[in-house]
Amino acid sequence: MAGIEVTALHKRYPDGTVAVDHVDLSIGDGELFVMLGPSGCGKTTTLRAIAGLERQTTGDIHIGGTLVNDLPPAERDIAMVFQFYALYPHLRTRDNLAFPLRAEGLPKPEVHKRVDEAARLMRLGPLLDRRPRQLSGGEQQRVALARALVRRPRAFLMDEPLTNLDAELRADMRTEIKHLQGELGATMVYVTHDQVEAMSLGHRIAILNKGRVEQIGTPLEVYDRPASLFCAAFIGSPPMNLIEVEVADGKLRGQGGLVLTPPSGLPRDRRLVAGVRPEALEVTAPGAERSVPARVVSAEWLGDEIIYVVDHNGQRDVRVRMPPTVRFAADATVGLRHTGGTPAVYDVRTEELVA
Amino acid sequence: MAVSVDEAVSTGPARDHTPPARRLGGRGRSVLEVALLTVLAVVMLFPVLWMIETSIKENRDVYAIPAKFFDFKVTLDHYKDVFVAPDGGRSALSVSFLNSVVVAGASTVLATVLGVPAAWAYSRFAVKAKKDQLFFILSTRFMPPVVVVVPIFLMYRQVGLIDNKLGLILIYTAFNVPFTIWMMKGFVDEVPAEYEDAAMLDGYTRLQAFRRFTLPLLVPGIAATAVFALIFSWNEFVFATFLTSSDSVRTAPPAIAGLIGGTTTDWGLVAAASVVFALPVLVFAYLVRKHLIAGVTLGAVRR
Repeated sequence: MAGIEVTALHKRYPDGTVAVDHVDLSIGDGELFVMLGPSGCGKTTTLRAIAGLERQTTGDIHIGGTLVNDLPPAERDIAMVFQFYALYPHLRTRDNLAFPLRAEGLPKPEVHKRVDEAARLMRLGPLLDRRPRQLSGGEQQRVALARALVRRPRAFLMDEPLTNLDAELRADMRTEIKHLQGELGATMVYVTHDQVEAMSLGHRIAILNKGRVEQIGTPLEVYDRPASLFCAAFIGSPPMNLIEVEVADGKLRGQGGLVLTPPSGLPRDRRLVAGVRPEALEVTAPGAERSVPARVVSAEWLGDEIIYVVDHNGQRDVRVRMPPTVRFAADATVGLRHTGGTPAVYDVRTEELVA
Repeated sequence: MAVSVDEAVSTGPARDHTPPARRLGGRGRSVLEVALLTVLAVVMLFPVLWMIETSIKENRDVYAIPAKFFDFKVTLDHYKDVFVAPDGGRSALSVSFLNSVVVAGASTVLATVLGVPAAWAYSRFAVKAKKDQLFFILSTRFMPPVVVVVPIFLMYRQVGLIDNKLGLILIYTAFNVPFTIWMMKGFVDEVPAEYEDAAMLDGYTRLQAFRRFTLPLLVPGIAATAVFALIFSWNEFVFATFLTSSDSVRTAPPAIAGLIGGTTTDWGLVAAASVVFALPVLVFAYLVRKHLIAGVTLGAVRR
């Protein structure tokens, strides 16, 4: 296994599209590193550049300390799992698994041993003699994973491997991948647009937007203190409430009158926005202590929780996460108050975290 | 979009949708259908039937009035005349058939060899001004080929390609390459690029990945495209007439047309030559019919 260093990566296609503007990544040995972002943010291009399937316009890629810029994919000693599985349609599972090994020219007994091992690991025993079209989506993806495993590569690259699976299967496979990665101690770069996948899998997450890295951090860091307004709006479901605030009397006062605890080191003379998680707010009975008057616009009853959408003093559509026991009807007059700690505060102009 | 023809033509809401057949009364409609199709089949097939009949009639039966449909003597003399000259050597017609095979075969192979990799490249790679390039390629087929006969003739005269099989091969290839590129690009688009990516990670070069994984999946498409290209080259008449003059170079279409006219026309020979001319493409299409159907319907269904 090996770490991966991506330095000042830039990719511009001949037709002028810039897929990756500037990306620096330092992925540790044995790390499960997730690249998260909306479609077109450059995450897949970055991954393909690491794999060697795309040649970057400028920038360097090191795998395990070796500069691999000019190495073809096969010589980078990495395995990739694709969204569409990419199992060779004319080969049985067994031969699909053996294929990369035979291409490498390994002796037969060794091929056999490794195929059996991977098949056992991914529980493919009964599927070994079937062809891809006889397998379900989940089974195909397990075969694809096993095909990546047999190579014993220095790193695994995963390009949205679970996107084509249905929700239930996706959760199972997620567990399976995480378990597998831990067991093998494998370096894994995992690309997804699904924040749940990113949060549950990643040791660290890189959030990409428009070909640039917005933030790199552990799932909790990324969740608690998004580094930019983009991250704040991207992570969490529902995402952070972005409330325009100003500093007055040592307090942080939202436009609608909501009072928040100010973080230290706030810059002066700038327009600021506070990012407040829906669970850091509370819907109360009207007139409760420290609350501002508000009105329930709608309520989403999700069973284990209720998401209230409330308006207060012209501040529209603030989302509040409440336990299912606290019930207010739509259009009810209520109170709204902040219960969490200090919020993340952003500069409106630079869109970056200031405190 | 996976829309079957039935769905595509039905416009009303699905629930109260009655198939038109029921409304007209299923029985009556099918009788009408069969009758219409029969008439159509007769109209379409009669000339073919007449051609075959004429080719096996003796000359006096060919000219008999009223025409003899059934009670004529069968002879294969005309077919013999197609291949054997009166003096016992090879006939001019048989030479022209051979020329047709060479010209149509070579231009089809050339167009496929050039067009398939081009289609692959246009499908897989980010090429500068890709859409403009593809439009330009297509635009060469906008005008009827006849329009360029004279300029081509003058150009060919300069470079000495008049009355030369190579000249015909080149011009047919030029007409078939755009068609091949466009048709094949559709087929290549249908094959997921991930196969090649995976193969490249498994240790193959890009070209090997194409040859070993994408190409086999393209065979139906190539077969379908090649048949169309072959039919075009095989049937082409105008350029063959203008650009060739000697019997040793001329292809079958102008050679057969050349039999008509003069003081008398040997209709039996014309018919026999036409039958022989029609056969190879029919046989070829029959041999690749499985691929042809797969090829022509591919793309109609989502993968």
